[in-house]
Amino acid sequence: MVSPRARSGAPGRGVSSAWEVARAVLDPELPMLTLDDLGILRGVEETGDGSVVVTVTPTYSGCPAMAAIRADLSAALRAAGYADVEVRTVLAPAWTTDWITEEGRRRLADAGVAPPGQAPARRRGPVPLTLGPVRRRVGCPRCGSGDTEEVSRFGSTACKDLWRCRACREPFEHVKEL
Amino acid sequence: MSSEASATPDPRGSATPDPREPSAPDVRVPSASDVRVPSSADVRAPSSAGVHEPFPGDPREPSLADAYEAINDADDPRWAYGTGFTDPLAGVDTRLPGGVDAGDLSAYCLMLGDDALVMSHRLQEWCTHAPELEEEVALANIALDLLGQARLLLSRAGAADGSGRDEDAMAFLRGPEEFRNVRLAEAENGDFGQEMARLLVFATWRLALLDRLASSRDPVLAAVAAKGVKEVAYHRDYAAGWVVRLGDGTPYSRERVTEGLAAVWPDVAELFVPHEVEARLARAGAGVDPATLREEFDDVIGQVLTAATLTRPSTTVAGSGPGRGRDGDHTPALSRLLDELQSVARAHQGATW
Repeated sequence: MVSPRARSGAPGRGVSSAWEVARAVLDPELPMLTLDDLGILRGVEETGDGSVVVTVTPTYSGCPAMAAIRADLSAALRAAGYADVEVRTVLAPAWTTDWITEEGRRRLADAGVAPPGQAPARRRGPVPLTLGPVRRRVGCPRCGSGDTEEVSRFGSTACKDLWRCRACREPFEHVKEL
Repeated sequence: MSSEASATPDPRGSATPDPREPSAPDVRVPSASDVRVPSSADVRAPSSAGVHEPFPGDPREPSLADAYEAINDADDPRWAYGTGFTDPLAGVDTRLPGGVDAGDLSAYCLMLGDDALVMSHRLQEWCTHAPELEEEVALANIALDLLGQARLLLSRAGAADGSGRDEDAMAFLRGPEEFRNVRLAEAENGDFGQEMARLLVFATWRLALLDRLASSRDPVLAAVAAKGVKEVAYHRDYAAGWVVRLGDGTPYSRERVTEGLAAVWPDVAELFVPHEVEARLARAGAGVDPATLREEFDDVIGQVLTAATLTRPSTTVAGSGPGRGRDGDHTPALSRLLDELQSVARAHQGATW
């Protein structure tokens, strides 16, 4: 699968250093991930005169971490010598968990958070209603068992839900598909 | 804590994931330097402009970037009244699509924003009152999503009407007669069964609305809606699941949700009566005529009630009286809600810290 970011292009002329700084900034609520791993870093533009424009997109409309993310990006780039840092936020296209990198998925699992599966494809017509238990199967990030069940579709942050493993009896979090 | 599972990325899209074979535990702990090393799997092709262009070909992106960035302008890491988090006037792109009246667009953003703000507040009132911790967390999450939608819409309203009012002024300094939310959102909380009935109605209606609004000719409305669709789909599934669980549960749970549905049903009809602003914006391709949502609403509610072994309430019950929220005609419940919501901001206008 090719994410929009994968198509978006790598650091080009004069951009790589700012990109490398920005991409390494950690997400405040999922600190095992960089903003790049999470897929919310949408662009880094360096003009050559010490100024840089970074574009990020929120995971959820009400994500309370966005202000902290903007501040962290700004601080990191200033610390790296960029005098003029502008952090822009865009809403469209809306973030999807499909933009979390493979590396990000591995880091989530390493930290005991089950990574998301593929976001549901949107068919034509009304958004389908989901009644009853979720059919999706999520592997336990602790023992690896597939014998797990959803506890709640909402969790400690907007982007996660709660699961439990029937094999090792441990609860765990899962980044829910969006 | 770590395991072999962690080293095996989830096979995304597989219809038959993956009872993973446990094997030797991987005790590796990621270090800070680890996290900063670029992954070889994450190689990008060079961009000719030397710029990461996330959405090539999206003609809306420049104005969206300006408008949304300005709406969310701030380097301040905290978002709270008085912290100077907002500055909606700074560079907001208030250009509108041709044929769209600025006053109409502002009024429309207020309607949809007030729906979200007031419903969010009612859900927030469940904090420390929900029957279980998981439901507490769920209701707070839903409230947060709606609050996020409200912030964007209220900021857009203040920018579009030229008044220069920011989201705080919109939320905290308007009187109840200036609110444009539907009455369904403002009604006092009942028990959990009634809240699930209201949330089912609200989310089903709003999801159908946002889904259509995602193709609005106004790029900011379209973007807010497209994002909201994903969020409200979760809200609707959550409420639908509870209505089924309660309706097809014990005699007592069935009684609670039946009475809950009956309590909220008088406010349903209002959801589908177009206000003149909604009708004009629908004709201009920027808004949604709520009358067009009824069929989808009835279909979804029918599916839920069937699964819950419940029947649709009678609509002959008297509602909350004449008048409509979209005209600023509200019940006393909204005044009481705003008394609490606005008390700090009104007591300390212009306060900073």
